[in-house]
This record gives sequence, structure tokens and C-alpha cells, in this order.
Amino acid sequence: MSSVSQSQFTANLKKYYTFYTGGFVAFVIMVGILEQMGVPSKILGYIFLFATILLYAGIGFMSKTAEVSEYYVAGRRVPALFNGMATGADWMSAASFIGMAGTLYHAGYDGLAFVMGWTGGYCLVALFLAPYLRKFGQFTIPDFLGARYGGNIPRSIGVLAAVLCSFTYVIAQIYGVGIITSRFTGLEFAVGVFVGLAGILVCSFLGGMKAVTWTQVAQYIILIVAYMIPVVWLSVKHTGNPIPQISAYTSALPKVTALEKEFNDKTTPKGAAEESVRAIFRERAAAADANLKGLETGGANFLAEEKKKLEEKVAALKAQTEPAADPKAIEAAEKAAKDYPTDPAAAKKAWTAAKSGSAAKAGAVKAHAEPFPAAGKTPEDVEKARGIAKKNFLALILCLMVGTAALPHILMRFYTTPSVQEARRSVFWSLFFIFLLYFTAPALAILAKYEVYSHLVGTSFAQLPAWVSNWAAVDKTLMAIADINKDGIVQLAEITIGGDLIVLATPEIAGLPYVISGLVAAGGLAAALSTADGLLLTIANALSHDVYYKMIDPNAPTVRRLAVSKGLLLVVALIAAYVTSLKPGDILFLVGAAFSLAASAFFPALVCGVFWKRANKLGAILGMSAGLFICAYYMYLTYPFFGVMAPKWWDINPISAGIFGIPVGFIGVIVGSLISPAPDKEVQELVDHVRYPNLEGDIDTAAR
Amino acid sequence: MQLTEKHKEYWSKNLRITAILLSIWFVVTFVFGWFARELNEIVIIGPLGFYMGAQGALAIYVAIIWYYANYMNNLDKEYGVHEGEDE
Repeated sequence: MSSVSQSQFTANLKKYYTFYTGGFVAFVIMVGILEQMGVPSKILGYIFLFATILLYAGIGFMSKTAEVSEYYVAGRRVPALFNGMATGADWMSAASFIGMAGTLYHAGYDGLAFVMGWTGGYCLVALFLAPYLRKFGQFTIPDFLGARYGGNIPRSIGVLAAVLCSFTYVIAQIYGVGIITSRFTGLEFAVGVFVGLAGILVCSFLGGMKAVTWTQVAQYIILIVAYMIPVVWLSVKHTGNPIPQISAYTSALPKVTALEKEFNDKTTPKGAAEESVRAIFRERAAAADANLKGLETGGANFLAEEKKKLEEKVAALKAQTEPAADPKAIEAAEKAAKDYPTDPAAAKKAWTAAKSGSAAKAGAVKAHAEPFPAAGKTPEDVEKARGIAKKNFLALILCLMVGTAALPHILMRFYTTPSVQEARRSVFWSLFFIFLLYFTAPALAILAKYEVYSHLVGTSFAQLPAWVSNWAAVDKTLMAIADINKDGIVQLAEITIGGDLIVLATPEIAGLPYVISGLVAAGGLAAALSTADGLLLTIANALSHDVYYKMIDPNAPTVRRLAVSKGLLLVVALIAAYVTSLKPGDILFLVGAAFSLAASAFFPALVCGVFWKRANKLGAILGMSAGLFICAYYMYLTYPFFGVMAPKWWDINPISAGIFGIPVGFIGVIVGSLISPAPDKEVQELVDHVRYPNLEGDIDTAAR
Repeated sequence: MQLTEKHKEYWSKNLRITAILLSIWFVVTFVFGWFARELNEIVIIGPLGFYMGAQGALAIYVAIIWYYANYMNNLDKEYGVHEGEDE
């Protein structure tokens, strides 16, 4: 430990970060003044992007280190409060910051699985893992598996699982970085990915965990400020109450519920207007369905015939002379004939999408606060559908919670506190700082819904609010609006909102200047970068520390160990950015998959390692590999991407595959341990060592 | 390194508080989740089932962890297994 005492160090940190927060606020005000002076918003976007990345680079540079324990665990002197902020930023990803409120907007109560799952998991971290891992006090999670269960096999499975779930997760983060940078600066997605990558590397390359920790604290402050300001403002605007967590429930939610009923009641004017739009969507769905049926029976011939019919129609229109056909009608018919699909596979995909999209729009409005809404022809059908929804809701919560308590990049953070007591406190601070954002997101979803239902619905298409037309012009997947029933008035079924829009457009909805939109983008970027930092460091450390140092060359000198770590960090980051630029699949599924995989592979072996002395090497090997295998196998069977599409087990969705992996993991640990001899005395002592913060004649496992 | 009776008592107290807090966690999450539709009939601030999922459960999670940290940090001192204060 250096010459500065821990309490002095903490006091200094508080001072630095208070100055920093003040400086950041001043910076935002300055950009606001620039905006008032007429600087174009694109330039403001660039200022936010580069100023924040430069800031993180500065912190990263100041934290450069050549000491192993600083590189891996920030010198184990991060006070609980600051470790809490760093964990919060590490934890809250682009999906939490940008996606969460949108998910809640669309899914209502059922979306709360993410809110509860991603917070309640910290109870498991606090009760089962954080204090014990801190007492053990080495560098990585595979370290613990290696020491507790002995030999390289448990460690290797740990490394494999850590790399697998962290890599899946980091792809989702870099994707988020790419989207934010491309949207706010107009750079291309692939360029945005690599700009973001540079941002990630400057934080972690020189200083490892030390640099990542101090940038994550800075990033937390930016992201929480950026999230709160627009929501509070929106709350004041709508309800006059500056606390969205109260106003959303007492004043906005009852109005939203009343409007939902009105939209679904055909006897009211609004309900009748909605019904006329829904009827058109029902027709479209039926047309798509008819096309699909024709395709099924006729195959490629059906497509050729239909295309011919359209071409004949064009010819007929052109041939028409008395009076000549409207040129616009000819153009439209030509376009329809030209765009008509010729490839049966593409046609099937397009029509299936059109059918389900139109069918969704044709249905009644879902009640926001109603848990497990379900539809069916008979009451039994409804009950069955409701049962399946409830089961999946609870299964998803469990997977997300256990996954939280098993993700290596989070658990690693609790190695960095000065003591066991501080580790316990720091779990509290972590959840507290996460809670601030997570209990605001459901309120934001309700306030946004209130805005759309009560203000946007019913306005005329000639006078759309600016935020609607602006976002519709930027990105059709975020905001699409069309007068389907040609009555000139906006109906709810005529609006399509992409989930990410809710957070991104809140400043504009609340009538705030562009500088706040820039701030929100900076917040989203901070969320994505901080999570990506933690994940990349986890992967690089697992490879450099666990594989290279512990298994290949235990005598490697410090300089070489750090060089290998940094080299791997660079390689892993480049591979991750490359994979992201290929734009693989569904972000939410990637994130969910990472949680299920981590939950199945790590949680049983880690918890049994502390709470069950009899657990041994064979048990750990069996439990970890069986859990990981079942989880991955179920995803392979049921997730559409892999094309197997086997029937689901007990109707559980692939995202909750951990619900099978976790129990199998526990059974594996128990069975494997009981059929092989009990672990030796040294391991028993290790278990006692981690259970008691301080013992007389204690062994010492801390790595320095 | 021989564990005394006192050490064993410390550990069983730890297990007891862990079990109690874990059951609160379980009830708040899964029992309330299971009966969310029924709970929505009751309205406190908002419909109770929805409100618990959106805010109530989260606040209880924070409280659980806060209580555990305090309880254990005191228990460490009471049983003399606390670390030398670093600060």
C-alpha cells in the first residue's frame, strides 16, 4: 500500500469526483450556450462524442500502471461507494440505458421481468458470493474455481464459460456503441463501431482494472445525470410533480388505463376510429395469409403467375387511352410489379412478417399494468396462454437473477475493495446506484405512453409534433406513422414506435433543447462503453492470467504478464468489433443468452464451493459442464436462428434456457461430489478461510 | 487452524440470516409475481401487483442487502472475526 492512508485516499476521491461532476455540468451548460448561438446540432453531437471519449482517455492515461495487482484488481483499494458506482456503470449496458424503457413501453407488466431480474440478482451476489470472493482475494473467477476444486480442469471450464458468456455480451455492447455513434454523428455503423472501440481501448489498455474502475465511476455520473434530467422534466411538464417515480403512478397511469379502455371500446369515437384502422390491418393480414397459402400450394409457379398478373395490369393501364390513366397509378402499378418477390424463400419471409405485423396491429390495445394478458377463443385457451406467459415471466426473472450472480465481470469487481466489510457495503451501493435508474425506467415508460395516448393520438396529420416528424425522417424503425384509414387524424394503430425511441426522444418530447439530446447520447455511450470495458478486461484476463500465467508459464516475469494481457485485450477487442460489424441477430437475445449461460455454468459450482465443504473436483467438473451443455443445447434446439425449431420443453422460451441449466448444474455438483472422495484437508481449510473474514492462524490466499 | 464453538456459532448465525433474507427475496419476487393479477385489484399508489414489480420489489432488494451488510459487519466484531480496520 502506498503512503496515502485509505481514509485520505477516499477523501481525495470524493473531492476529485465532486470537481469532475461540477466540471461536467459546466461543460453541458457551455454546449447549451453554443447551441443558443446557432451552432448546428451535428457539431454539438461531435462535441459530446469526442469530449467524453477524450475525458475517458485522460482518466485511462492517468491510471496507467505497471503493477500486477493494480492492473488486475485496481490495487484492492476501491472504497465501497466508488466500487458501487463503478459496478453500476459496469452493469448498466446500452440495453438498460436505451432499451429498458422501450421494452417496458411495449411489454407493460411483462417487461418488468428485466427490471426485477437485473436488480434482485444482487441479493444473491451479496448473500452468496461477494464477501467470500473478497476474502479469497485473487484476480479472476476461474482463480477461485482452480483453488477450491484443484487442478486445471475446473479452471479451464471456468475460462471457457467466462469467455463464452462475456463475448456474447460484449457483442451486444459494441453494437450499442455503433448505433449511438452512427445516429448522433451521421458516421456509418461500421465506422461508429471502430470509433467506439477506440473509446473502449483507451479506458482499459494502459491501466487495466485500475483505469477501468476510475473511468467507470466517471461514466456512471454521466449516465445517471443524462437519464434523470429529461425524465424529471417530462414529469414536471405532464403532472407538475418533479418526482417521476410517484407522478407516473398517481397521475399518468390512471389516465393511460382509461384511454386504453376507450381505444378498445367501439362505441366511443376514439374506439370507432381505432376499429376502422384495425379492420384495414385485418384485411392486410388476410391478404398476406392468402399469399402464403398460394405459395405453399403453387410454389415458384404461384409467384410467376402473380407477377404476370401485375405486369398485365401495368400494360392495361398504359394501353388505356380514353381517358388516359393517371401517371401516378401507372407508376405505382409498375413499382408493385417490379418489387414483387420472385424467390419463394424471400416471399415467404416477407409475407410471414407482414401477416404477423398486421395481425398485431389489428388486435386490441394491451393494458399496460395488466400482468400476463392473454387471448384465446375459449376461456380454457386464455387460461392456458396466461399460464405459459406467467411461467416464462418467472423463469426469465430467475435466469436473469442467477445470471447476475454469475457474470464474471461483475463478480470480479468485488475483488477490488479493501476488505470483506467493504465488499458487503459495496454490494449495497452497487444496487442502490443501479436502482436509481431501474426504478425510473418504468415511470418513464408510463409517462411516454401517456404522451402518445393523450397528445399524439387524435392530432391531425397536418400538425404532427416536431419530435414525431423528426424521428420519422431519421429512422423508420424507430418512428413510423401513416394515415392508414385516410381520416387525417392520428390513431394509435397508425403509429409504430421502436423501443429505443422512448429514451432517445424523451428530451424532445419534454421540449428540452438539443443539448440534452446530446447529453442522453453521451449517457448511452457511457453505459455501453463502461460495460464493454469490463467485459473485454474479463476475457483478456481469463486468457492472460488463467491460461497463460497459471497454466502455461507460471514463472513469467511481471513485465511479460502485463504485456500478454494488453496484447490479448487488443486482439479480443478487434475480434469483437469485427464480429459486431457483421450485425449478428437480436441484441436482447444475445444479452439473455449470456445470462443463462453464466447462470448454468458458474452459479452452482461457486455457491457449493463456499457453502458445501464436501463439494469436490469431480462434482465441479460435472456440474459446470453439464449445466453449460444443457443450457447451450436447449438454445440450439429452440432458438429460431439455429434452424432446428424443436418443440419447447414445458413451453419455456430459449432466452430462459438457464432454467434447465441451473438445476442440472447443481445436480451435477452434488452427484459428482458424492461418488468421489471428499476433498482433502487443505481444501477444507480454504473453505473456512473464505467463510471467516479473519481467523487466528489463518492461511493466506490473497494474490498481490 | 482449529475452529472453536464460537466460530461455528458465527457461521450458523450467518446461515440463518442468509436463509431469512433469501426467503424474503423469494416471496417478493416469485410469490408476488405469481399472484400479480390478484394483487392488482388492490390499489396503493398504483395497482399493487404492477407497483411491486416496478418499484416495491426493487426497494426491498436494496433494503435486504443493506441489512445483511450491517448485520454481518456487526456480527464480525461481536465474534472477533473482523479484519483490522484499514481506514
